[in-house]
Amino acid sequence: MQMPAPDQMVIGRKDRIVARLQEVLPRDAVIHDVMETRAYECDALTAYKCPPLCAVLPETTEQVAAVLRICHQENVPVVPRGAGTSLAGGALPTADSVILGVARMNDVLETDYDNRFVRVQTGRTNLSVTGAVETDGFFYAPDPSSQLACAIAGNIAMNSGGAHCLKYGVTTNNLLGVRMVLMDGTIVDLGGAHMDAGGIDLLGVVCGSEGQLGVVTEATLRILPKPEGALPVLIGYDSNEVAGQCVSDIIQAGVLPVAIEFMDRPCIEATEAFAKAGYPMCEALLIVEVEGSPDEIAHQLDLISEIANRHNPVEIRQAADADQAARIWLGRKSAFGAMGQINDYMCLDGTIPVSQLPYVLRRIGEMSAEYGLGVGNVFHAGDGNMHPLILFNANKPGDLEKCEAFGADILRLCVEVGGCLTGEHGVGVEKRDLMTTQFDPEDIEAQLRVKDVFDPKWLLNPAKVFPLAATQARRTVG
Amino acid sequence: MMSVSSEAELAEYVAAADAPIRVIGGGTRGVVGTQGALSVAGVSGVELYEPGALTLVVKAGTPVAEVEALLAKSGQRLPFEPMDHRALTGQGGTPTVGGMVAANVSGPRRFQAGACRDSLIGVRFVDGRGEVIRNGGRVMKNVTGYDLVKLMAGSFGTLGILTEVAFKVLPMPETGVTLILRGLDDVTAVAALSRALGSPFEVNGAAHAPVGMGGAPETLLRLEGFAGSVAYRTDKMRALLADIGAVEVVDDSASHDAIWAWVRDVRGLSEGGDDIWRVSVKPSDGPAVVAAVAPDGALYDWGGGLVWLRVAPGTDVRARLGGVAGHATIVRAGAETRAQLGMFHPEPAPVAALTRGVRQQFDPKGLFNPGLMG
Repeated sequence: MQMPAPDQMVIGRKDRIVARLQEVLPRDAVIHDVMETRAYECDALTAYKCPPLCAVLPETTEQVAAVLRICHQENVPVVPRGAGTSLAGGALPTADSVILGVARMNDVLETDYDNRFVRVQTGRTNLSVTGAVETDGFFYAPDPSSQLACAIAGNIAMNSGGAHCLKYGVTTNNLLGVRMVLMDGTIVDLGGAHMDAGGIDLLGVVCGSEGQLGVVTEATLRILPKPEGALPVLIGYDSNEVAGQCVSDIIQAGVLPVAIEFMDRPCIEATEAFAKAGYPMCEALLIVEVEGSPDEIAHQLDLISEIANRHNPVEIRQAADADQAARIWLGRKSAFGAMGQINDYMCLDGTIPVSQLPYVLRRIGEMSAEYGLGVGNVFHAGDGNMHPLILFNANKPGDLEKCEAFGADILRLCVEVGGCLTGEHGVGVEKRDLMTTQFDPEDIEAQLRVKDVFDPKWLLNPAKVFPLAATQARRTVG
Repeated sequence: MMSVSSEAELAEYVAAADAPIRVIGGGTRGVVGTQGALSVAGVSGVELYEPGALTLVVKAGTPVAEVEALLAKSGQRLPFEPMDHRALTGQGGTPTVGGMVAANVSGPRRFQAGACRDSLIGVRFVDGRGEVIRNGGRVMKNVTGYDLVKLMAGSFGTLGILTEVAFKVLPMPETGVTLILRGLDDVTAVAALSRALGSPFEVNGAAHAPVGMGGAPETLLRLEGFAGSVAYRTDKMRALLADIGAVEVVDDSASHDAIWAWVRDVRGLSEGGDDIWRVSVKPSDGPAVVAAVAPDGALYDWGGGLVWLRVAPGTDVRARLGGVAGHATIVRAGAETRAQLGMFHPEPAPVAALTRGVRQQFDPKGLFNPGLMG
């Protein structure tokens, strides 16, 4: 993976840049010691590392604006960082860049139950947004699996999803407004506690722009009343095809489960060995969760079980209480950990049309044999968002490269069958060079033009999302 | 009126154009005049419909009614319940999905199921250079590259001309009921709606008509789902609102549907020639807006956050909002008022600069609907 050569002029001016940043920030908010900057050398895509020029941790929107103004004047690239949990390398620095972390901005600024929103600083973690409102019976719906650690800033940058988005949507569907700072230090407010844009929906394009259009410091988030309860049913099948058909039938029957999770045999075997959840050994497992009152849940689970039974399941296990529910979820929730016990793994994130599921799983199996690397599939079946986990040995020379090549082939396959490269993790550096498989040059150009407007000097997170060749001319300007 | 029948023809037309193009779908929403406009209604047809994947792809000129009928055959629907503007605007014509997306048209279910933009998962459009641009796709979870899909929804043809759109659709519920509370003043009514929407009972319609279908104040709630659920939640809602008023239940489906079509299409305010405005605020600000602007001609939707106002021709609603955060859009007014006040709420300078910049990038020749949207 290639990154642009750092600007030696910027590196040469480090002392001056650090001094200027220290003028506008609290003493301990500028991290420039070479050892200390290593804390910011990567995010959760740990295969790639590079310490930044320095890292700053502002505490207010005004401080963010001051930092950006300085970097804009000094032509220093800025890499915004939430909690650093990106699996796509969204917060990977270059040696000439300033990491702008929002971790110290984590207050709840406003809670309004009558109008059902909270306004928070974006360094706040996803789970602690729900934490701030749950005693009053509310929650924030998007729930990426890193929700304990990941920040709202990063959720907005990547338009994060989670297991429950079949019913509640992803970040963009739950984001009402932002305060953000443009690269030149201008502070803008988009949206608010009201619904829909009054003009062009700039908020819609900011969400998911991977920190390339501005630094979002505050967010107004929709909160929802917590459902009365939720319970899952576990369904096992002897064929992926049949499991896929069952998912389709459930959706068509008018039940809208809050989650439909799918695990294939390699994944079931790994999690069973690790977590001993008591899963049946079969080709495909579905976990379908529904919400409501006890009667409503029972009605929906009965309906789902009836549909599942038409397809000859190996097993159907309907949870009757929280304990049984936890046992059903146990394996799924430890799937990543279980795969990690076997070997290092790379987690992919392509989306496919649900109807292509059996074909795609078959092809992934064939490719797995060709590459000689194991793969387990866990995914959000209701919306076709796959998470193949490719196993490799990081200590074995060449294995990472082989794994990346296999991953790229899987993502190409996702695009080929009508899907996309990434459903919820973002492009970052990881999938940057595959963008041309999904988009024609004009499609990419149209996206680059949006960045031209928000960040004409191309200083914000410039080496991400798009192939370097496509942004070369723009990045050297200014 | 000019028309094109294919994306290729449209792209060629735009590439060669050197004069402004006023873009319309069916011309039903009264945004730009139909005379001399370019219609894309001819670029029509269903490209793909997979009920098992909740996915629909259609060309932009396809009539909304055709799409709704197709979905209904498989027991599905557009989640966002698009309004039909014809009762309000008095326009003829046939609403198209392209026009619906360009205007981000949503109805009463918006606060629960999202706006049109939230169900939109893919677009194809012709930009101001005459190039065909694709964004999004046909899968419902997709964060690959920038989300130009959202940008196109509600851009009223100013960034490009839509040729194809893809949606996530949803199953229709087994049944639905309307709950009515009568005689509430606006403040109490919005408080009642907020209480209902703060409950876990999945209310997906919440409106208040100071002058309802029966001529007196009606506060309306909608419950949809399996019959058992709806019955259960009706009881819960009755108990929840008992101290505010008695809940009347409308459970025959024709009346239930008629009520929500009446709310959706703002039929209570359509008579006469007064101007119609649409104001989006946080729900608890709704009553103050109505009191200040149009105490005798208002309808609250979205739990109070969407306020429809009927005002004397030429009234500047924005000047009377008194600093309430939100935006006010003209939906029906004479050409003079539109020219003087502008259809859309003026944006703060830095936001307006971004809007101008994006527009300049997508339409460098300034062809599309000049004068609209700042």
